[in-house]
Amino acid sequence: MTVTTGTSVTSRPAAAPGGPYRPAEQLRARRRRRLGEHATAYGFLCAALAVFALFSWYPIVRNVLLAFQDVNFATGNSWVGLENFRRLADDPLVGTAWKNSALFTLYALLLGYAVPFAAAVVVNEFRHARAYFRILVYLPVMLPPVVVALMWNWFYDPGPGLINELLRTVHLPTSSWVDSADTSLVSLVIVATWANMGTTTLIYLAALQTIPGELYEAAELDGANLWQRIRHVTIPQTRFVLLILLLLQVVATMQVFTEPFVMTGGGPEDSTVTVMLLIYRYAFVYNDFGTASALSLLLLLVLALFSAAYLRLTRTRET
Amino acid sequence: MRTLIRPAVLRTRRGRTVYWAVLALVLLLFTVAFVIPLYWMGTGAVKSAPEVAQNPPTYVPREWQLGNFAEAWQELDLTRYFLNTLLLVGGAWLFQLAVQIPAAYALSKLRPRYGNLVLGLMLVTLMMPVTALLVPVYLTVVDVPLLGLNLIDTPAAVWLPAGANAFNIYILKNFFDRVPDELLDAARMDGAGPVTTMVRVVLPLSRPIIAVVSILSIVTAWKDFIWPLVVLPDPAKQPISVFLQRVAPDIPLNILIAGLVLASAPLIALFLVFQRQILSGLTAGSLKG
Repeated sequence: MTVTTGTSVTSRPAAAPGGPYRPAEQLRARRRRRLGEHATAYGFLCAALAVFALFSWYPIVRNVLLAFQDVNFATGNSWVGLENFRRLADDPLVGTAWKNSALFTLYALLLGYAVPFAAAVVVNEFRHARAYFRILVYLPVMLPPVVVALMWNWFYDPGPGLINELLRTVHLPTSSWVDSADTSLVSLVIVATWANMGTTTLIYLAALQTIPGELYEAAELDGANLWQRIRHVTIPQTRFVLLILLLLQVVATMQVFTEPFVMTGGGPEDSTVTVMLLIYRYAFVYNDFGTASALSLLLLLVLALFSAAYLRLTRTRET
Repeated sequence: MRTLIRPAVLRTRRGRTVYWAVLALVLLLFTVAFVIPLYWMGTGAVKSAPEVAQNPPTYVPREWQLGNFAEAWQELDLTRYFLNTLLLVGGAWLFQLAVQIPAAYALSKLRPRYGNLVLGLMLVTLMMPVTALLVPVYLTVVDVPLLGLNLIDTPAAVWLPAGANAFNIYILKNFFDRVPDELLDAARMDGAGPVTTMVRVVLPLSRPIIAVVSILSIVTAWKDFIWPLVVLPDPAKQPISVFLQRVAPDIPLNILIAGLVLASAPLIALFLVFQRQILSGLTAGSLKG
């Protein structure tokens, strides 16, 4: 009679019944099994790898190549060196587009950065109606951008428009909004901020809720007033999120397209021609895909700078 | 939970007064900023053509023309454009799930060699958004490498690029990582292969994250404008937003507004039904843990 205990006598794997114990063969079998597992895993991944290769990785590389090519669907592409960039340098609109995109980004940061943060800080103090605020501020995010743009064109209308009417009601000066070169860009920023501030506000709100209450208590014991508590507790504690959203917003707003395309078409007097709008024009209006790619490449390089900063930041945070 | 303001302050009479005053003020500001535009759009859609163009405008419609919606639907042929939108959005959604769930499952649970490199290469594309890659992706769609297909004016031109969404794969993988390996081992002992394990064990546990990814995909696809504008030049194939943008200058204002309301209604309804998933998905994903 045998007594089996939980602990086995030897640690080596049991030999196959009837055969001798051959470690090398087992090792090979295990390696084959492991190889099979890798193959299965790549089987699961192949669809994703294919779409990423076709629609992300290859286009990133291809954009660099296209910038130095003349694209011709009929006769095939040919290398033209820096010709596309020279054409960009000769186009006075290119400088205007960069200036407008940069200004749009700057205004969007001033407005889309400060307003949602202030809103989140205030709403976070409320014990009432928080669900209402949260739903309200996020509703425009759910609207298709084209709907938002067409809707605001009507709101901005100097005649029957809502905005001037509201301003008249409270005796504030009215404006010609998108119809004047002086105010058109800012008008577009207001629309973009209105439509997108829900996202940032809710991210700030989530970040504010992670701040330990003791920090405020300690600050208060040290005699910090309301502003000092915001300055020395709220802002430092949400610094990471503030920085991340700064970079994400720069990357997003540098590519603004829908608002100028739908609302102003780049006018008046080219005051809302952005880089993306110009890329669109070169490609789909002038059929000059090479020059469009050259401009895209420049935009991608600018975005890559901010993206690199973003990746570096999140990486250091994770380790 | 303790926040900026000490709870004791809120119990004093002065604290309470200030609290309610600020609350009322912020409530008013938010309502003016976010409810009035939506109200204006909703009421504009039911005004008559002269009333919607009149200066100064009316705050309450003098006559409610609910028939504007039916008229917009008829005149703008919205059945067609809604079906187009549904085809594009639904296809993009299903294709994304079919591509991204197995990919995330493989990266999370099967952990192939170079899996981290693959994930890293996918995540890098997050910072190279489709908009900025408009030209090369367009040229890829015009002549798909190796296959030699031209996808212009086909729904596949919208479906396929949507699959390359690193953000969805990332949040799916993060969720799958939290499914205990013991469960998978138990399934394997019972003789289940990787496909059965994924379908029978991991997916039922992952219903919440699949809901989040689904809603994100649907909303993103519905809101997209520049891509369908570029790859679907045939007016008969376009989704509703591209169509509305194209016809906006040529139709009466009140009919256009009715069209805008109808185009946004499905997303607003989706939001009101799934707001919890949408808002939690927003904060879960964007902060990376």
